[in-house]
Amino acid sequence: MSEIIILADVNNNELKESTAEVVTAALSLGNNPIVVVPGTSPEAAANIAANYEGVGSVIALQSDCFATYDSAAWAEAIASVSPPGHLLTSSTSRGKELAARLAASRSATVVQDVIEIDGNTISHPIYSGKAHEKLALSGPSVMTIRSNVFKPAGSGGSATITNVNSSSDLRTTLKEMVAKASEKLDVSEADIIISGGRGMGTPENFEKLYNVANILGAAVGASRAAVDTWEEIPHSMQVGQTGKTVNPSLYIAVGISGAIQHLAGMRTSKYIVAINKDGTAPIFRHADYGIIATWEEALPLLEQELGSLLG
Amino acid sequence: MVEIVVLVKQVPDTNAKIEIKDGRADLSMIKWITSPYDEYALEVALQHKEAVGGSVTALTLGPARCDKTLKDAKALGVDKIARVDVSEGYIDSFSVQSMLAEACRSMGAEVVYCGKAAADTNAGSTGPGVAQKLGWASIANVTKIVFGDNSLELMQPAPEGQAKVGVDLPALITCDKGMGEPRRANVKGIMMAKRAVVDLIDVGSFEGNTSVLEHTSPPQKPPGKSYEGSEHVPEVVKLLRDEANVI
Ligand SMILES: Cc1cc2nc3c(=O)[nH]c(=O)nc-3n(C[C@H](O)[C@H](O)[C@H](O)COP(=O)(O)OP(=O)(O)OC[C@H]3O[C@@H](n4cnc5c(N)ncnc54)[C@H](O)[C@@H]3O)c2cc1C
Ligand SMILES: Nc1ncnc2c1ncn2[C@@H]1O[C@H](COP(=O)(O)O)[C@@H](O)[C@H]1O
Repeated sequence: MSEIIILADVNNNELKESTAEVVTAALSLGNNPIVVVPGTSPEAAANIAANYEGVGSVIALQSDCFATYDSAAWAEAIASVSPPGHLLTSSTSRGKELAARLAASRSATVVQDVIEIDGNTISHPIYSGKAHEKLALSGPSVMTIRSNVFKPAGSGGSATITNVNSSSDLRTTLKEMVAKASEKLDVSEADIIISGGRGMGTPENFEKLYNVANILGAAVGASRAAVDTWEEIPHSMQVGQTGKTVNPSLYIAVGISGAIQHLAGMRTSKYIVAINKDGTAPIFRHADYGIIATWEEALPLLEQELGSLLG
Repeated sequence: MVEIVVLVKQVPDTNAKIEIKDGRADLSMIKWITSPYDEYALEVALQHKEAVGGSVTALTLGPARCDKTLKDAKALGVDKIARVDVSEGYIDSFSVQSMLAEACRSMGAEVVYCGKAAADTNAGSTGPGVAQKLGWASIANVTKIVFGDNSLELMQPAPEGQAKVGVDLPALITCDKGMGEPRRANVKGIMMAKRAVVDLIDVGSFEGNTSVLEHTSPPQKPPGKSYEGSEHVPEVVKLLRDEANVI
């Protein structure tokens, strides 16, 4: 018989909440999915997984190889305990990489970023979301589930847990872990830009923009008022008629009023988010998503949300 | 002498509007380009050769139109260009991985570079899949590389920040931005590329287990929305991800 297997999203023995969403996705393919929980000591995470409603059984997969990330070793260990059938995991960068490897080792097809499952039909975005593709599955597949699409499974289940030890050789060596550095990207190169204006109050407050930028891999820009007022903000960061013209997928304007000369440099951005305390600021007329709030309130929340989604 | 292979894919221009006709993306009027991250992969492959010597082959899988992407790579300075010939249309990821892995094996590849994700699929499946088929290590989303004689030292994003990772060859690397702007072709390169011959590689065929039922347009971009108060930030973040698809 063919099983439904879920690879839990675990980092440092901690179970990520996205796993509960993958459980829901798995339940639309069949009953009693098996959750594989990898870790150097996976017991606690396995207990949480066993409580998700609908889970059939849990394999707590202990291996020293899970101390550092090595896709080949992880995939080998996970493959060794995963029976044939559909295999699902979260659409994180590691999840996608492991899914691709596991698919190859199972001679199955891998489909990334699934947003809909209906029997043996699944959908996922292609062309950067400019189209959706609906696929028919004619055999076991491996898929990653996009986060925030499926409702997380409730708790209250009590699946049995089996402990398995495995070992697999690391193919890579971790030499050093470098804490998140604020690598300064130029606005003209970035696909995402977060810009600050005079409303940021002081140049030091631009640090808050860098915090968000680091999570998104974004560049930090500025309005002319900010560049003119504070010598710490260089002209190279200026967006607008007498600054740089940019065309990112996402432009986040913080404490910027939206003067015509600023708009001239960024209005073709695919999506514009504005954060401004003044609901009548002209920037809101151009924003796809406007948040009427001070940056003091909005930026910490933005950092937190993005961090938990992408970090 | 390292045998370096770089996987390059031809994709629809990323600025193009994707129209749906009869349940399929209509690509008949599309301008084709080299997938942007593959340009970084090419740059890295050429830097690898410059650092320690070797031979670089640009490999693609696709119909004859993809020879343009190979010639563009040739103009940048790769030694050889090769194509696995397939017909136009959907190819399941299992088939893509299997065929490219076979081709890499037949060329005696010792290191393979590819893009972190193709601009059409946005998947990031091919690199790790090919590595698994070859039984190799793979390191994804790499932003910096130091080339050794038979090893690499790479920077890769990790939940905690950046990981500096070492690997012995053979290995497959999927490339993000970070190794500098990809070089541009010069006139001499472009002239040479005109005469270059594409090696056609036959690796047999593989059957995957998905087929396309239909393509649809995603819901239209809605008119601007305004939210009063910072408590709406989580909602906006969700929309950026699920409605706008920009994060
Ligand atoms: C010839 C010419 C060329 C120009 N070229 C450029 C150019 O290239 N680029 C450019 O940007 N400008 C340019 N300008 C200047 C432009 O006209 C505006 O003066 C400038 O863009 C205003 O910058 P700002 O939005 O940061 O400041 P302001 O207009 O002062 O806006 C500050 C905003 O911050 C908001 N705010 C205040 N406190 C907070 C808080 N705590 N939280 C949230 N929001 C807050 C306020 O409500 C306000 O909307 C040019 C002008 C001229 C005449
Ligand atoms: N048909 C193909 N021909 C050559 N390389 C490919 C092909 N498909 C994918 N690749 C490589 O694999 C990378 C990731 O593709 P994908 O898995 O589709 O996101 C691309 O950036 C290319 O380097």
